[in-house]
Amino acid sequence: MQRIENLMKAKAIELLENGTVNRVLGWTAGDFYYDNTPAIFNSKEEIEKSFVYNSFCGANLSKYLVKERKNEGKILVFLKPCDTYSFNQLVKEHRVNKDNIYIVGIECQGHLSIEAIKAKGIDGVVGLEENGEEVTVKSIYGDKTVVRGEVMLEKCLSCKSKKHVAYDELIIVNEMPEADSMKRFSKVAELEAMTADERFAFWKSELSKCIRCNACRNVCPACTCTKCVFDNPESGVDAKANADKFEEKLFHIIRSFHVTGRCTDCGECSRVCPQNIPLHLINRKYIKDINEFYGEYQAGADTESKAPLTAFTTSDIEPGSNLKEGK
Amino acid sequence: MQEINKEYQPLIVAFCCNWCSYAGADLAGSSRLSYPANVKIIRVPCSCRVNPMFILKAFQRGADGVIMCGCHPGDCHYTTGNYYARRRMTLLFDMLDYLGIEKERTRVEWVSAAEGVKFSNVMNEFAAKICELGENKRLEDLRCKE
Amino acid sequence: MQRIGVFVCWCGSNIAATVDVKRVAETLGQEPGVVYSADYQYMCSENGQQLIKTAIKEHGLTGIVVCSCSPRMHEATFRKTAESAGLNPYMVEIANIREQVSWIHKDIEEATVKAIILGRTAIAKLLLNTPLTAGETGVTKRALVIGGGIAGIQTALDIAEAGYEVDIVEQRPTIGGRMAQLDKTFPTLDCAACILTPKMVDCAQNEKIDILSYSEVEEVKGFVGNFTVKIRKKARYIDEKKCTGCGICMSVCPSKKGLNEFNMNLNNRPAAYIPFAQAIPNVAVIDPEQCIKLKTGKCGLCSMKCEAKAIDYTQQDSFVERNYGAIVVATGFKIADLKYFNEYGYADNKDVITSLELERLMNAAGPTKGTLLRPSDNTHPHVITFIQCVGSRDISGCGKPYCSKICCMYTAKHAMLIREKYPDTEVHVFYIDVRTPGKNYDEFYRRAVEQYDVDYIKGMVGKVYNENGKLMVQGSDLLSNEQITIASDLVVLAAAIEPEPSVRKIATLLTTSIDTNNFLTEAHAKLRPVESPTAGIFLSGMCQGPKDIPETVSQASACAAKVIGLLAKDKLKCNPCVSISDDSMCIGCGTCANVCPYGAITYVDKEFRLGGGKTEVRRVASVNEAVCQGCGACTVACPSGAIDLKGFTTKQIMAEVEAVCKR
Repeated sequence: MQRIENLMKAKAIELLENGTVNRVLGWTAGDFYYDNTPAIFNSKEEIEKSFVYNSFCGANLSKYLVKERKNEGKILVFLKPCDTYSFNQLVKEHRVNKDNIYIVGIECQGHLSIEAIKAKGIDGVVGLEENGEEVTVKSIYGDKTVVRGEVMLEKCLSCKSKKHVAYDELIIVNEMPEADSMKRFSKVAELEAMTADERFAFWKSELSKCIRCNACRNVCPACTCTKCVFDNPESGVDAKANADKFEEKLFHIIRSFHVTGRCTDCGECSRVCPQNIPLHLINRKYIKDINEFYGEYQAGADTESKAPLTAFTTSDIEPGSNLKEGK
Repeated sequence: MQEINKEYQPLIVAFCCNWCSYAGADLAGSSRLSYPANVKIIRVPCSCRVNPMFILKAFQRGADGVIMCGCHPGDCHYTTGNYYARRRMTLLFDMLDYLGIEKERTRVEWVSAAEGVKFSNVMNEFAAKICELGENKRLEDLRCKE
Repeated sequence: MQRIGVFVCWCGSNIAATVDVKRVAETLGQEPGVVYSADYQYMCSENGQQLIKTAIKEHGLTGIVVCSCSPRMHEATFRKTAESAGLNPYMVEIANIREQVSWIHKDIEEATVKAIILGRTAIAKLLLNTPLTAGETGVTKRALVIGGGIAGIQTALDIAEAGYEVDIVEQRPTIGGRMAQLDKTFPTLDCAACILTPKMVDCAQNEKIDILSYSEVEEVKGFVGNFTVKIRKKARYIDEKKCTGCGICMSVCPSKKGLNEFNMNLNNRPAAYIPFAQAIPNVAVIDPEQCIKLKTGKCGLCSMKCEAKAIDYTQQDSFVERNYGAIVVATGFKIADLKYFNEYGYADNKDVITSLELERLMNAAGPTKGTLLRPSDNTHPHVITFIQCVGSRDISGCGKPYCSKICCMYTAKHAMLIREKYPDTEVHVFYIDVRTPGKNYDEFYRRAVEQYDVDYIKGMVGKVYNENGKLMVQGSDLLSNEQITIASDLVVLAAAIEPEPSVRKIATLLTTSIDTNNFLTEAHAKLRPVESPTAGIFLSGMCQGPKDIPETVSQASACAAKVIGLLAKDKLKCNPCVSISDDSMCIGCGTCANVCPYGAITYVDKEFRLGGGKTEVRRVASVNEAVCQGCGACTVACPSGAIDLKGFTTKQIMAEVEAVCKR
């Protein structure tokens, strides 16, 4: 991992110095070792001082390009395979200007979840040592070795692709494990197989945890509206908080509906949720339905295809015809 | 027509497109084909004007069932509106079902301006079904009183 | 704050018998925002309307709710009433308490309560109404007619007659269309050329009409009143302005193998040709597939002999772009492909022909100079068998589900003409039904049977096969209930008609709708039969559905009347209930344009002030109000809720939902 970080730093400095780009979008260390955050770097010095890339860089940088569009000059961005789907989707919706962006696609072995590590009884993390499937977590209380697959982020466990769909060049040192994109629907299928009562109980317990912090919306690369309907008094659904007991459900149904056919399943919503609500299961339900009803569709796989909700065939299935009645 | 329980009157909101289904409802009226008084119609230009937010709003405000009616696929006054509406409702209804809301509370029917009988039958059937289900508690209140 | 007036109509006893109208008026009168309420026997009557007008003026009403019959009935009436009293017509809402209340509910209490809720809902919506003004657009006073058959010719002539300029775009080298190929026309048996060619000449001579032959529509932009159309003029390798139509090129051309399309490929024509003697424009065309000069570079005979120096082998396709206020589709029809009907042996036997081929064989200008001869051996046929409904009224999936409408009559015509000219012949007709509605049509058919002894056999043919030079037609006679086989010399198939295939591309260019049979859809099957649902696009002739010449001409003239009505206006009023995009919220993602059926939405880069002297350029949606029809598809597609529909805004519908849900 250290090797990749060094290659990325060298690439960033090279592109800054030869004038290809005037700034770099990457990650910088946060207060703790594990909370790396997206950051803009303007010079070689800044890169050398604070640029970071390790297995705690799950954050998807593509959305930050929307804001950067307003600034002059070309920007370098480091994108993991799944992030490039979000990038393509933003290009498709004219939210970013491809001409002003230089993409370096980077290797991804799956990023780690601090919650999962803490769940293994490891606290006070100060470093990582990675060796293939084994990860040695260094903490103030000593080192502990765990299996990578047990401490990855949900979005990495159900990785949809290791293929970069947009890039100018790639930094890949080690071989990346194959992704099985269909695997991610198994939990959705499990829920579908439940009775309506069981599903209701499941979602009641999950969604009632929602504190309406809007983190899912704010991080979502598909949510780039300048004014969200939930902030707009004209929309009829505006609310700063879930005022009545209906509203947390309303919020998540509408939010997911708004990104239907546009959501690339990047998993950021679930990653940032402070209440650990499995929000990806809502978006994935839509993706699964679209695949089943209207043919395989992966948002962000390209920049031209018609989104499922802006297309139709005369023989589409009738609403509700696939559903079972009863509780 | 099924006799409806006098005590519990379900509230049903019907979104009808102006060109076919609203005219179908008019025809049901001029043919004196009755359906429960608690079916309330909201006129929209086309089924593609029906935003999922409207349906959720109706449930939030206490509707027990929501039905959307439009021109038959292929007959849309605006050529393709109902095709888009069909996809939107398919996905929305699937989501509601996924969240555990009874499937029977949502429905889409294509009713032409000539189908007064169908309109009345559909509303009677739908109301009877909702009557069986009873009040809509699930969407009114999620963070239920334990 | 609005000052709302509520007017409750009794509709005689239609409403008042089941709804306590007084209570409705009183209750709604108490609603916030309502300053006046009244009930009256017939609100739509002159007195009722007067009551509304007086109230608007006396109480300074800013909006009215009429609780009455369906808005589909009298919304327009009450809007006019409001307008005449100085109120914006879109400050009117209707609560439908007749069709949705009094006519379907019996219980007075129940009906009254529902009427009150519907009234409240209308008030809730009205409170959010804003005055709407219909926009205006100019009208380009010129029409385009696509297709130069009898339909297009008639429409163009009528439009030109009214004083407007009109262009005919015809894909073939000459106008005239299918009718020019016909020999005689039913029920009067006039010669088709004799009645058609004068109209073609009229077109050519009318200074308001410009004929663009051998041309196709390439691109259509704009909207009703303001179309811009790009037309491709295919290279004809002849200078149209110089060619005198003398025909020397035709006679000297050594390449004579081209199939003569005008004669249904029954004989050949030279590479340089004029389709037929009365062609308009009377200008030759060179078929690049057959021309030796164009293919090999060697020849050039026609160029040497052409005295007008009109031959130009270097000619390329050229484009013209013109503006129109209205577009007429008159693309006509063709005979459906018979490939799925092997049982009739059309592909295998030269003497199994279609009716349109028979027209050419009977025509004096046709391949046989009007003598009926078998195509296989040029002998005189003695037994001729007609088979009707070949591919029409066919629900097997091989043919067309519809009735082609003209076959019964032209088959009777053919049978009669053959018997008249060749009394030695024996003519049989297999039919499912004989359909002859129309003035003098049934009489015509009866003449064929009674006067000309045509043998009509009710039943379908199962098989046609060749046996020793005879065509054996095997079929069933349903009336005598027996299988029969007729040894025939010539078999004529009344093949189904279908819309000219190019109409599909044209429909796409015009964003107008087309049905599963490729017929263009009319705006209303009964009440707006010559208009397409897309404003400014009109339908003439067979492109809309099967019809014979008299019907085609009537429809063509009706179509012209509609076009003239449009072109006569200096300004067009638009529907004010159209989409509107809020620039501050639009993110320019492009979703709305993807679902717009009318192409009414485009994107523009606009500069916005950010404060502090800074500006930014953003891509935002822009709705063309003249094109938008107000369906609302975009409003739901828009993820940011930036686009709304005037008259049916999200806020208004939400308010209605809340009001109907209030118990």
